[in-house]
Amino acid sequence: MIDWLSPEEWTAVGLSLKVALTAMAASVLPGIAVALILERGRFWGRQVLDVLVHLPLVLPPVVVGYFLLLGFGRRGPIGALLDEQFGIVFSFRWTGAALACAIMGFPLLVRAIRLSIEAVDRKLEDAAGTLGAHPVFVFFAVTLPLILPGILAGMVLSFAKAMGEFGATITFVSNIPGETQTLPSAIYTFTQVPGGEAGALRLTLVSIAVSVAALLASEWMARRVRRRLAA
Amino acid sequence: MANVSIRDVRKSFGTVSIIKGVDIDIQDGEFVILVGPSGCGKSTLLRMIAGLEDITDGEIRIGPRVVNDVPPKDRDIAMVFQSYALYPHMTVAENMAFSLRLKGLPKAEQAKRVQDAAASLGLTPLLDRYPRQLSGGQRQRVAMGRAIVRDPQVFLFDEPLSNLDAKLRVAMRAEIKELHQRLKTTTVYVTHDQIEAMTMADKIVVMHDGVVEQVGAPLELYDRPANLFVAGFIGSPAMNFIDGRLDASGLVLSSGAVLPLDRTPPVAAGSKLTYGIRPEHLQIAPAGTLGAIPATVAVVEPTGSDTTLIVKAEGGNLTVLLRERCDLRPGEAVALKPVSHQAHLFDEAGRRVATI
Ligand SMILES: Nc1ncnc2c1ncn2[C@@H]1O[C@H](COP(=O)(O)OP(=O)(O)OP(=O)(O)O)[C@@H](O)[C@H]1O
Ligand SMILES: [Mg+2]
Repeated sequence: MIDWLSPEEWTAVGLSLKVALTAMAASVLPGIAVALILERGRFWGRQVLDVLVHLPLVLPPVVVGYFLLLGFGRRGPIGALLDEQFGIVFSFRWTGAALACAIMGFPLLVRAIRLSIEAVDRKLEDAAGTLGAHPVFVFFAVTLPLILPGILAGMVLSFAKAMGEFGATITFVSNIPGETQTLPSAIYTFTQVPGGEAGALRLTLVSIAVSVAALLASEWMARRVRRRLAA
Repeated sequence: MANVSIRDVRKSFGTVSIIKGVDIDIQDGEFVILVGPSGCGKSTLLRMIAGLEDITDGEIRIGPRVVNDVPPKDRDIAMVFQSYALYPHMTVAENMAFSLRLKGLPKAEQAKRVQDAAASLGLTPLLDRYPRQLSGGQRQRVAMGRAIVRDPQVFLFDEPLSNLDAKLRVAMRAEIKELHQRLKTTTVYVTHDQIEAMTMADKIVVMHDGVVEQVGAPLELYDRPANLFVAGFIGSPAMNFIDGRLDASGLVLSSGAVLPLDRTPPVAAGSKLTYGIRPEHLQIAPAGTLGAIPATVAVVEPTGSDTTLIVKAEGGNLTVLLRERCDLRPGEAVALKPVSHQAHLFDEAGRRVATI
C-alpha cells in the first residue's frame, strides 16, 4: 500500500492534507464572525464587505494569487510587516499555500454558515433574552448549537476547495516539491513530463478518494447533528 | 410582582407607524388580555414590553422602573411564544432549567424547582425527552413551565394556545387561569380570539390599527361597547348593525322602512345612526307584531344547546340566537322584538351615543 505511491507523491499528498486542514481550521472562526456580521449586522459598508468576501468566488484564481503575491510577498506591504514584526513568512512556504487556499475557500465557508444563521428561528434567541440570558450567552448556548450543521458543511466545502485549489496557490507560492507542491500542482507537473500519466492518474485517484471521504464524513456528522436539532 | 404602565407608546418600522400612542395601566397581579384583529400591533406592543423591540416614543414602566432602555434580560419578565420557542438541543428539564442555570443556582436547587413546576404541569414523566418527542400540547406546557420556573415579575404570553386544537385550547384556557390564580403574577396575554379574552381576562384591552379602542372588564365591554369596532369585535356571533336616520317615528332605514325605537335617544333628529343589537337580544314574535321588525327566516342552525337563525329583514341579514330549540323553517315570516335596554346607537363617527 505504502509503495503504491512514490515518496514524492506521498509528500504531495501529505502536504495537501496539511495545507487544506490548516486553511480550514484557520478560517472557521473568521468565517463564523463574518457570516454573523453579514447576516445580522446593520452598518454602513456591509455590502462592501459582502462583495469583498465573495470576490475569490468570481475572480480568476490566478488574479487572487497575484494579489496575494503583491500584498503578502516578501516585499509586499503586509508580507514585509509580518516578516519584520513577527517573523511570519508566507511567500514560497506551505503557509502561503494555506493562506491562498483559505481565501479561495472562504466565500464557500461563509455562505454555508450564513444560510444556517438565516434559518435560525429568532424567537429562540428572543426567548433566551427574556429568560435572562446575556447576548453572548445566547450565542453560545442557543445560536451556535443551532448553526453547527452549517458550520460543518462550510468546513467540508472549505477543505474540499483547499484540496483542489491550484491557480492561486501556484501563482502565490509556486510549485516547490516538499514545500508548496500540493496534489493539484503535482498532478499538473506529472502531465507536463513525458511518461507522467501513471503518476497523474494515481494522484487523481487519491484526490477523488479524499474528497469522497470528506463528503461522507460531513454527511454523517451533519445527520447526527440534525437529528439532535430536529424540532 | 409588579404593575406595568404604558404611557403614550409609539412604534414605527421605518416610516410606517404601527403603534400610534397607546396608554394602558396594568395593576399588580392583574391578568390583562390584548385582543384585536390580525396585524393590529398586539405582538409588537408585547415585544416592546419584553424589550425585544425598541420603543420609538413614550414610556413603559415595570414596577417603579422605566424600562425603555433596559435590555430584555434585566426586565425580570418571562415570555411564552406562539411557536413555543423550545430549544431543540435541550431536554425538557434543560429547557425548563434555562433561567435557573443563568442565575447560577446550585444543580440540586435547579432540579428541585424544575421538578416542582413539572409536577404542577403534569410534565414529570417527560423531563428527559427532547421537544421533538412531544405533542403540541406538551410543548406548550413546557414553554409555560420554562416561564414559571423563572418566577418573573410579569408573564408575557403571545397567542400561546393558537396552535392547539379546539378541545385542548379550552382545557388550557382553564389551566392558565387557574395557574394565574395560584401564582398571582401580573400577566399580559395577547390573542386574537375574543372568546379567549372574554373567558380569561380580568381586563381586556381591545386594539385596532395601532390604537386602543377600549379598556375594561369583559362584561363591561360586552354590555357597554364604546364604539362600533368594539361592539362588532366582542361577542360571537357578532352584533347586528342596521344603518338609518333618526326621526320622530324611529330609525328610518334607507329603504324607507321604519324601525320603531322604545325610547328617543339623546341625539338631534335627522342624524345618521347605526343601530346595534346582539343576536341573543332579538326575540321571535309572530309575524305582524306591532313595533317589531318584520323578517323572513333564511337559515336555521341548531347547535344542540341553542339555535342560530339568519333572517332577512329590511336592514339586511340579521343573526338571532335562541337559547331554546325551535321549529321555524326557512322561508317562514316572523317578527323580531328587540329586548329593551339592550340596543345600542352609534353616531356617524362610530361612538356609542345611547343604549335604549
Ligand atoms: N419587524 C417589522 N418590520 C416591519 N413591519 C413590521 C415588523 N413587525 C411587525 N410589523 C408590522 O406591524 C404590524 C403589526 O404586527 P404585529 O405582529 O404586532 O400584529 P399582531 O396584532 O400581533 O397580529 P397577529 O394577530 O397576526 O399576530 C403588521 O402590519 C406588521 O406587518
Ligand atoms: Mg401577533
